[in-house]
Amino acid sequence: MTFLIAVGSLVAICGILAVLLVIADRYLNDYGICKLIINKGAREEEVEGGSTLLNSLNSAGIFIPSACGGQGSCGLCKLKVHAGGPPVLPTEEPHLSADEVSSHVRLCCQLKVHEDMELEIPEELFNIREFNGTVESLTDLNHDIKRLRVALPAGEELDIIPGQYIQIETPAYKKTPEPVYRAYSIATDPLDKTHIDLVIRLVPGGICTTYVFEHMQTGQPIKLNGPYGDFRLTDTGKEMVFIAGGSGMAPFLSMLAHMKNEHSDRKVSYFFGARSKRDLICLEEMAAFEEALPNFKFIPCLSEPMPDDDWSGETGLVTDVMKRHCPDLSNMEAYLCGSPGMCDASVAALTANGMPEENIFFDKFA
Amino acid sequence: MMHLLVIFLAAAFTENILLARFLGMCSFLAISRQLKTSIGLGFAVVFVTTFTAALNWLLHTYVMVPLGIEFLELIVFIVVIAAFVQLVEMIIERFSPSLYFSLGIFLPLITVNCAILGVSLFMLNKEGFRFWESLVFGFGSGVGWLLAIVLMAGIREQIKEDKIPPGLRGSGITLIITGIIALAFVAFSGMIK
Repeated sequence: MTFLIAVGSLVAICGILAVLLVIADRYLNDYGICKLIINKGAREEEVEGGSTLLNSLNSAGIFIPSACGGQGSCGLCKLKVHAGGPPVLPTEEPHLSADEVSSHVRLCCQLKVHEDMELEIPEELFNIREFNGTVESLTDLNHDIKRLRVALPAGEELDIIPGQYIQIETPAYKKTPEPVYRAYSIATDPLDKTHIDLVIRLVPGGICTTYVFEHMQTGQPIKLNGPYGDFRLTDTGKEMVFIAGGSGMAPFLSMLAHMKNEHSDRKVSYFFGARSKRDLICLEEMAAFEEALPNFKFIPCLSEPMPDDDWSGETGLVTDVMKRHCPDLSNMEAYLCGSPGMCDASVAALTANGMPEENIFFDKFA
Repeated sequence: MMHLLVIFLAAAFTENILLARFLGMCSFLAISRQLKTSIGLGFAVVFVTTFTAALNWLLHTYVMVPLGIEFLELIVFIVVIAAFVQLVEMIIERFSPSLYFSLGIFLPLITVNCAILGVSLFMLNKEGFRFWESLVFGFGSGVGWLLAIVLMAGIREQIKEDKIPPGLRGSGITLIITGIIALAFVAFSGMIK
């Protein structure tokens, strides 16, 4: 009997509290329709108030980059709020410099829309859209790297700047109860506006890569959003060094294709680090780029070539090989793509040979 | 009246929920880096302890005791605190944006602050307070917690530039300072018999 009373009253208390909260949410969290005035009226969106600015913009079709999904930990979703925002919140402070605070930069995942707001959003973000693509092909590049080619829906086109990245959705499957998004650099020739190519390396235990390697089928639908990122070639014409191994090659495939389209004669050396011969990828494509671009050199470096690799190329760590080839980097630029560890080691090697840090551009993937 | 004052002073000083009972340490350690934010969090705790103490006392006396289900108090109190914090957050956000931006964002942190649950449990089981006594006890405990975190934040701002041995930086030195403040608070014990 006591048991029944206990369970009954517990359920009743929880129920009453839940109903109270639902009612409160209904009446208190209703801010009506709010207007978002973007870039001094260049664009206006009407959204339902009460939710975060990031989500409201998403629902209006404006995708702001966010790697953490609105938890306020990545600090990517910055934009300028000129009116209608509260004072800077303690959750934003760690991500904003004093300059940014005085120029009204905010983290849009932390702000809630309670009234009409005036925003300033960089034009290129309007280009970010969501697509329902189709997996066109999935090719092995070596033992643990695949190239995923996605066809955009018929009639849709995507303009990319070489070096940008895109997010793909992994649907819920046995490793994840809810869909997750992961970012990959785009490896597509920018002239091909109807496809997206990604170079994906299997991360043992990784949610997205395991899905791509074990479950993805050609012909299946796939959700993408993008393009994001400001990793791109400068137009200074300076001689360039690319450093990337493995799937870090992706943005350079797109950059080199772009240089080929432009008949560029800019000097480039691409140092590709790998352990042994079986880790190398896209050798024919690199040879084709070397043929088409007069001043492009592809320099693969193996750190631990196997006895039967029969390797006559460069050996040693990619950073050491780069230092041997380029003793004076003071008037050159470097482009890096890879893990934080690899990027940091490369930055150290580059600055050691005289490269100013502002000439180093990178795309770190965590 | 005197009686209520004694309860308040005891809760705030001699029986300080943080310094004498070491409850609510996690948010105390995490948020005591800046004076401004710790004051915000402190006031949010005062507010929530006072009202949840009253709410839980009413629920305990008029629902749980008559039904003979006092053994459920732990779970009921947690649910009540969580729901109350949610509700307060929504109300503040709606009606006082300025208060929301100084207090409101700390409210979710308080849901899991064990000092709040401790107050509700102590007032009934350890002290057997009546309604007004519970309300004052809740308020006093909250003030005590506010006092402790503001003291700590003041000290941490002072020692920010000091050379602290690497192994002690962060929560290490904070716990040592907490211990010293707690010792200092023992001096209050003569105040109330």
